[in-house]
Amino acid sequence: MKYLPAMGLRASVAILLSLMSCMALAESIRIATTTSTYNSGLLDHLLSAYGETHDLEVQVISVGTGKALRMAQNGDVDLVMTHAPVAEAAFMDQGFGIEARSVMYNDFILVGPKADPAKVHGTHTVTEGLQRIAAFNSKFISRGDDSGTHKKELQLWQHLGASPTFSGYLESGRGMGHSLQMASELGAYTMTDRGTWLALKQKLNLQLVLESDPRLLNPYQVMLVNPARHSHVKVNEAREFAQWLINSEGQAAIGSFRINGEALFLPSAE
Amino acid sequence: MNELWHTFSSAIAQLASGDPMLWGIVGVSFSVSASALFIALLPALSVGFVLAYFRFPGRWAVISLLNSLLAVPTVVVGLVLYMLLSRAGPLGDLNLLFTRPAMIVGQILLCFPLLVAMSLSAFQAADHRVLETAKTLGANPWQAFVTLLFEVRFALLAAVVTAFGRIIAEVGSAMMVGGNILHHTRNITTAIALETGKGEFVQGVALGIVLLTLALVLNVSLGWMQSHSRVLRHGT
Repeated sequence: MKYLPAMGLRASVAILLSLMSCMALAESIRIATTTSTYNSGLLDHLLSAYGETHDLEVQVISVGTGKALRMAQNGDVDLVMTHAPVAEAAFMDQGFGIEARSVMYNDFILVGPKADPAKVHGTHTVTEGLQRIAAFNSKFISRGDDSGTHKKELQLWQHLGASPTFSGYLESGRGMGHSLQMASELGAYTMTDRGTWLALKQKLNLQLVLESDPRLLNPYQVMLVNPARHSHVKVNEAREFAQWLINSEGQAAIGSFRINGEALFLPSAE
Repeated sequence: MNELWHTFSSAIAQLASGDPMLWGIVGVSFSVSASALFIALLPALSVGFVLAYFRFPGRWAVISLLNSLLAVPTVVVGLVLYMLLSRAGPLGDLNLLFTRPAMIVGQILLCFPLLVAMSLSAFQAADHRVLETAKTLGANPWQAFVTLLFEVRFALLAAVVTAFGRIIAEVGSAMMVGGNILHHTRNITTAIALETGKGEFVQGVALGIVLLTLALVLNVSLGWMQSHSRVLRHGT
């Protein structure tokens, strides 16, 4: 342990406390994952299935994809599960992660106020849907938090050849659940992953207005933090959990997760 | 209105049922904030005492600095601490990020300036003759300090209650350096932030009730003690 003089006393107290609090959790790893997998309840479901046959404790930190990848890059977690293919490719290329594996997917959908002022319902492509929202200057809640969902949404606008500058475009800067509630309160459209939508829709004054565009597929990958960059990461334990996620047991647990009878995520490991 | 009442009554029911997860979260809040206060208290009182009774160059600068620190948002404390404690930061080897001790350190930083500022004004308001009398009676500096502490005990108690209220109710630093991990670093405020994100207002309200009750109990007992002491003093 390195001591810094200024922090000496406080740090040693902190170390003492941390030793005390760590005694009960000899074997534990940390996974940074997205609010979409945690707020929907999937992670709790998977961890209780995992816990039945394993002693390894998995601690979950749920943040946006951008922040999750940053935590992994800094070595503050042992593994990461996110849904932003472009950012993940960059993360892997720079050598921050190893053993990227496809785990599951769901899809994004557009939801909006029941009155549907921009008449998005009935359009078939997300391009057309977003165009209508912008043309009608309807309210649209963007996550604005560099999460996987936010990255995806920005890509879609870019694909339109338009930057979302209409005055109804609002950035919440919060997680998917908060953003959906904000959309519900403000009578706004928003793009959400299907999982969070299914988990929350009964509490929202919103309806699904567009789905099933192939462009809206939302794949999740799990990656281990590269031990060559951060020797302290528990790579073996992290691999054990990642392997479980993609083996038949984990994949079955993903497939069996249901809210009100609807599957939220589809297993996708080969 | 009906919805509001329903949420409120379900929250009371959840608290009354002794839900272990809920009370575990309350426990995290209490142990973290009490530890932070316990560690910060004596050093902060000493600094307040030194600032009140000694004149040295740069004293005004220290006081201005502490008063400015009172206004620092909790998320800024969280952010700075996060960067220090991250594996990529200078204190990464301590392995403290996303642990309770990290939350405790954050809360120490938050309550320290408050305790110093409030104890400083308490010491300044105290009758200087107390210290002088103690010295003439042959008290060493430590005994004089203890005598003075006793003299201003109610003002100090108010400082402690205020500091505890500030740190147990803060969410910015606890969320950033604690990480909101269930059973480990999820406390009352980070749980409220998470549960409302999930649309689960009941648990949020239940935890809010705990915080409010705590604030009421602390302040009412403080008020009672203060008025009680005045009655005693006037009686004699």
